[in-house]
Amino acid sequence: MGKMRYTKKFGSLALVGVLASSVLAACGDDNGGNSAGDGDTIKIGANLELSGGVATYGSSILDGAELAVKEINENGGIDGKEIELISADNKSENAEATSAALKLIEQDNVVAMIGPATSGNTVATVELAAENKVPLVTASGTAPNVTVNDSGDVNEYAFRTCFIDPFQGTVAANFATEELSAKNVAIFADNASDYAKGLAKSFKEQIEKNGGTVVAEEAYVAKDTDFRTQLTNLKGKNPDFIFIPGYYEEVGLIVKQARELGLDVPLMGADGWDSPTLVELAGGDALNDTFITNHYSSEDPDEKIQKFVEAFKSENGDTAPNAFNALGYDTVYYLADAIGRADELTGEAIKDALADTKDLSLVTGTFSVDENHNPVKSATVLEFVDGAQVFNSKIDPQ
Amino acid sequence: MEWLQQLVNGISIGSIYALIALGYTMVYGIIKLINFAHGDVFMIGAFIGFWAISRWDIGFLPALLLAMVICAVLGVIIERVAYKRLRNSTRIAALITAIGVSLLIENLMIFFRGAQSAVYPATIENKAINVFGAQISSLSLLILGVSIFLMLLLQFIVHKTKIGKAMRAVSHDAEAAKLMGINVDNTISATFAIGSALAGAAGVIFGLYYTRIDPLMGIVPGIKAFIAAVLGGIGSIPGAMVGGMLLGVVETFVSAMGFSSWRDAAAFLILIIILIFKPSGLFGKNTREKV
Repeated sequence: MGKMRYTKKFGSLALVGVLASSVLAACGDDNGGNSAGDGDTIKIGANLELSGGVATYGSSILDGAELAVKEINENGGIDGKEIELISADNKSENAEATSAALKLIEQDNVVAMIGPATSGNTVATVELAAENKVPLVTASGTAPNVTVNDSGDVNEYAFRTCFIDPFQGTVAANFATEELSAKNVAIFADNASDYAKGLAKSFKEQIEKNGGTVVAEEAYVAKDTDFRTQLTNLKGKNPDFIFIPGYYEEVGLIVKQARELGLDVPLMGADGWDSPTLVELAGGDALNDTFITNHYSSEDPDEKIQKFVEAFKSENGDTAPNAFNALGYDTVYYLADAIGRADELTGEAIKDALADTKDLSLVTGTFSVDENHNPVKSATVLEFVDGAQVFNSKIDPQ
Repeated sequence: MEWLQQLVNGISIGSIYALIALGYTMVYGIIKLINFAHGDVFMIGAFIGFWAISRWDIGFLPALLLAMVICAVLGVIIERVAYKRLRNSTRIAALITAIGVSLLIENLMIFFRGAQSAVYPATIENKAINVFGAQISSLSLLILGVSIFLMLLLQFIVHKTKIGKAMRAVSHDAEAAKLMGINVDNTISATFAIGSALAGAAGVIFGLYYTRIDPLMGIVPGIKAFIAAVLGGIGSIPGAMVGGMLLGVVETFVSAMGFSSWRDAAAFLILIIILIFKPSGLFGKNTREKV
């Protein structure tokens, strides 16, 4: 008995000790201020979807980012300082994205962050970034409200490497009219996602500008599994093209079920389709005659792209990089370029340098940043042929 | 022939709801517990089927049977570990425990394999059969066939076998059944086993039909099946079948009329209306609640 009591007491004493030292350690951190600038490394956080619904986006971005960090460090780092990439998993959820950002800012003292992959998760962290003056660059958050808030003001600390949704919708509409001669189109959009709604809106505007008609609009909600009802409705309206902005988890099932119901018209989506899971879900056959707009294609003959593809393949067991790999890679170079040009290693200076980026040549296109913190760059159209993405054409801004 | 197509769509999803609803209704009928972990047994069934087909490559029917057996065992374990000792506690205590078990199963699954979804392999060739202009997939016919077979089997077990008789007796009056020499504990376990086996079968069928499965997939079908059970009259086995089919068809037609965003709202509206105007459901007996 006595021994047991002793252990118990000892246990609680030890606990108090641990608590006290962690409090002290935390104090020490606070007193030390922003330690990201000290020492020999530059700490960059990566708040990414490493598990959960869109885990393949986040882990793809991380793979690309790690390659870029490795290359930069091998070439002497930024002004002699190596980059240290610290990743945090946000589990594909808004609330987790916020706490991951908090962890990176408060505990790891990062000087800048690579933001979450999806727009919704990124928006959840934008305010934190601004409060703590830590610039945030999302690799693939394409919704307009990532960089511009609802009242139209620019979010000073939010940036992105990808183009924005309206642009993808516009490109898809032009592609449908010009390349596929589509006249009567239908839209089938995820009603619960800002991303899909933004794309659907700009697609509709552009297709009407091009003289086409939207004969049917249907909606679904993320996590649905049965789309046969809406697809049967769409089929009844006889469209010659269907635009399906959405994410691969649902789109894979939509494409499969559409083909089962005998809907054989061309289907088109955007970068949300870009995942190997899409091919697994839908099957290569069903995906024939479908198109996506994307940030880049590994089959693009451009020299810079091919160099990146080679480097990526040698690091990742001969797998060709997807668009998220490329965007993750570019995001690090975009940040590194800005950190190099920044007057000092503070969030404020880096933010100004990011906003001043001009004609930066990256894998996903040469870009300049506009007044809304959006890059002006080109988009690529890809076609699925037996489950593989094949480069179709490249479409410049405007 | 759009309406025929929609009817087929509705019956396909409806038969899955019905299979899950049977487990709810049987358990409620016998111990007056709404077993909220039932949707998660359905999820486990889907994963067992997935592993059986994709890793061990044993084909659809053996996978279906394996999922049913494992889910039956799981159902009994859940009952013995979590619910048995609460049999004489308040019903709210058992209900909260059921929600706890549900969360436990979901999160254990996420802990062991992650939250990402898995893709069911295409084991059965899916041909579209054209009937009066409606594309009926051979898979949806198979689903319907398996569901109806399982429901008939259940009817047989409940009405023609000794254990079925015991289940009906315990459901009617557990105390009296005990006095008549019926082993109440075993009968309740058997009820959980049968209900969970049906949920496991529904899981495999769901995976095959909808391709994508994940650890949280049981939540929505679980709730829908609960609505189906209430609609049909909770405690009534034919009620659960009819309720499931009806709910599937109603949901489909709400979407078909252009209100796809209102589909889930319609399902819950049905639940509210039934609870207000006819709490005993379509097939339920109009008995006053015993306190």
